[in-house]
Amino acid sequence: MTTTRIDRLFARLRDENRPALVTYFMGGDPDYETSLSIMKALPGAGADIIELGMPFSDPMADGPSIQAAGLRSLKAGQTLARTLQMAESFRKEDNTTPIVMMGYYNPIYIYGVQRFLADAKAAGIDGLIVVDLPPEMDAELCIPALEAGINFIRLATPTTDDARLQKVLKNTSGFVYYVSMTGITGSALPDTSKVAEAVARIKAHTDLPVCVGFGVKSAEQARAIAAAADGVVVGTALVNTIAATFGADGEPGGDAVQAAKQFVQGLAQGVRQARVSAAAE
Amino acid sequence: MSDTVSANTFRSGPDEAGMFGIFGGRFVAETLMPLILNLETHWNAAKADPAFREEVRQLGAHYVGRPSPLYFAERLTEHLGGAKIYFKREELNHTGSHKINNCVGQILLARRMGKERIIAETGAGQHGVATATVAARFGMRCVIYMGATDVERQQPNVFRMRLLGAEVHPVSSGNGTLKDAMNEALRDWVTNVEETYYLIGTVAGPHPYPELVRELQSVIGQEAKEQILKAEGRLPDMLVAAVGGGSNAMGLFHPFLDDRQVAIVGVEAGGKGLEGDEHCASMSAGRAGVLHGNRTYLLQDADGQIKEGHSISAGLDYPGIGPEHAWLKDSGRVEYVAIRDDEALEAFQLLTRLEGIIPALEPSHAIAEVIKRAPKMSRDQIILVNLSGRGDKDIYSVAGYLGMEI
Repeated sequence: MTTTRIDRLFARLRDENRPALVTYFMGGDPDYETSLSIMKALPGAGADIIELGMPFSDPMADGPSIQAAGLRSLKAGQTLARTLQMAESFRKEDNTTPIVMMGYYNPIYIYGVQRFLADAKAAGIDGLIVVDLPPEMDAELCIPALEAGINFIRLATPTTDDARLQKVLKNTSGFVYYVSMTGITGSALPDTSKVAEAVARIKAHTDLPVCVGFGVKSAEQARAIAAAADGVVVGTALVNTIAATFGADGEPGGDAVQAAKQFVQGLAQGVRQARVSAAAE
Repeated sequence: MSDTVSANTFRSGPDEAGMFGIFGGRFVAETLMPLILNLETHWNAAKADPAFREEVRQLGAHYVGRPSPLYFAERLTEHLGGAKIYFKREELNHTGSHKINNCVGQILLARRMGKERIIAETGAGQHGVATATVAARFGMRCVIYMGATDVERQQPNVFRMRLLGAEVHPVSSGNGTLKDAMNEALRDWVTNVEETYYLIGTVAGPHPYPELVRELQSVIGQEAKEQILKAEGRLPDMLVAAVGGGSNAMGLFHPFLDDRQVAIVGVEAGGKGLEGDEHCASMSAGRAGVLHGNRTYLLQDADGQIKEGHSISAGLDYPGIGPEHAWLKDSGRVEYVAIRDDEALEAFQLLTRLEGIIPALEPSHAIAEVIKRAPKMSRDQIILVNLSGRGDKDIYSVAGYLGMEI
């Protein structure tokens, strides 16, 4: 397939010798306008790739923070069409930052796979992470997405052994998302030395960049992970930072955009120091 | 669907990918894939192993109390004045429902796999009780996820599970019912992959669960077939069973699917009627979608968000249905209808008074359908109903609906 914004980004980062900061937030949380403002603020704060969460009523692989964010978003009227619209608005001002949509299959299936891919392409979407579509179900969305020129990014986990890894990597493009632990999003961070080992294991099977996520909460952790990986994914911690600005009743009160911006700036600093300090150690 | 109309058998599914036509499959997170493939390998070995089958049979005979009787419901038949009505008495099983059949088989499978911790979801609590029971019998740790709403309306079963040594985790996400309990059980499994066996209670979830649970429940239909042949010298004209996830119905139906002369009817929870949102009739009023590891008929909105169902019966309160049922609907082999809360409640009372059997609210839906159909059939025709559970657990909620104090 032709190169995407994701491919071009990682080529550039290789030249700069620095890892990528990948930030996840829930589209439409707490409402469309605030969420779009957060999205627009992310690249300036240092995010290299944006993971745009698509809310789903039954997020089986997510912890309480992202579950709650999805419910807030749905309650505020978010739909898959609105999430695509959000990406489209963002693209009008930023034509380089890659956008990866992340969520579950059913809303896409109901929207219609071909219609979704056409609309996603038109909205400037570069990649998809669909949690409940393992390689066994590639005919559903992965293959059609690749044909449409959209990267299908697969999750590899500690339960993925070498034999299975080949299957997982087969139709993966853009980057590999290594989930650094078994469990739901937002759980505890694992031992960083194990992460380095796992990244090396994946890299033995692929030339694709490997980004690591699940459990990264602070700039310090981001720095440690980034020393071993091509990128660090931060999701739950950013969602929590945004949620912390809401009032006790869940109503937006504080400045969610400012809070998100500050938090991402800190992470970006951590990630940018990773290789420097790794070289110095 | 032309491929199924021309098929010689309705009993060959699923295919290697776990599909029944477009339904079924393995829509799960990558973390779970190795576990599901491992389960499939062990299940295929177990079902081909005579020793495993004998173990299941032995426990069935001496622990569960199989075979369950086939009972001619003489007074209900007289009252309705039409077809002869037989009950497959699954409510007489140990723990009071058909759920134990599946649990006995799966706990033996879990033991073969060297697992020590059992997790399960439950709605009405029948599957939770059956799971806690076999976990106690085999000395395994047991964690049951149950929607907080269901914990409230099924207190006796919650207490039973705790007595049996299970930890009961109330789930308050979503509406706190069965689908939310299933989400939470999947989250547990994704986290505790090594030691944990997920004992799914119905013919749904990722492959191989729909097939696995069906095979363990098919004992219902196999026995019923032998028993009706002995009693009447012929097969019944109609089978009727309630469907929530669909395990008691599939257990009865599957051995009869290729006996084309037998009409088969699955009864969904029509709640307060199909016009609004307060029902659980995913086949009658839902559309195909993907949830909990499989593609099947689901209650959902135009954006693909899953809706919360409603039923008087916690055991039918699930917005989906097993994928094989979805396929049987599309193939036309099984007819699916809906029965409202009030109709089920009436059937519950009628059966109690006429036969001295207090049925669970789930099979009360099947009885309500029989009340509609039997009078229109002739006296030499036969209806066989799965009386899948007993109603002791429901007396508190029925009292509430009837405005009585206990």
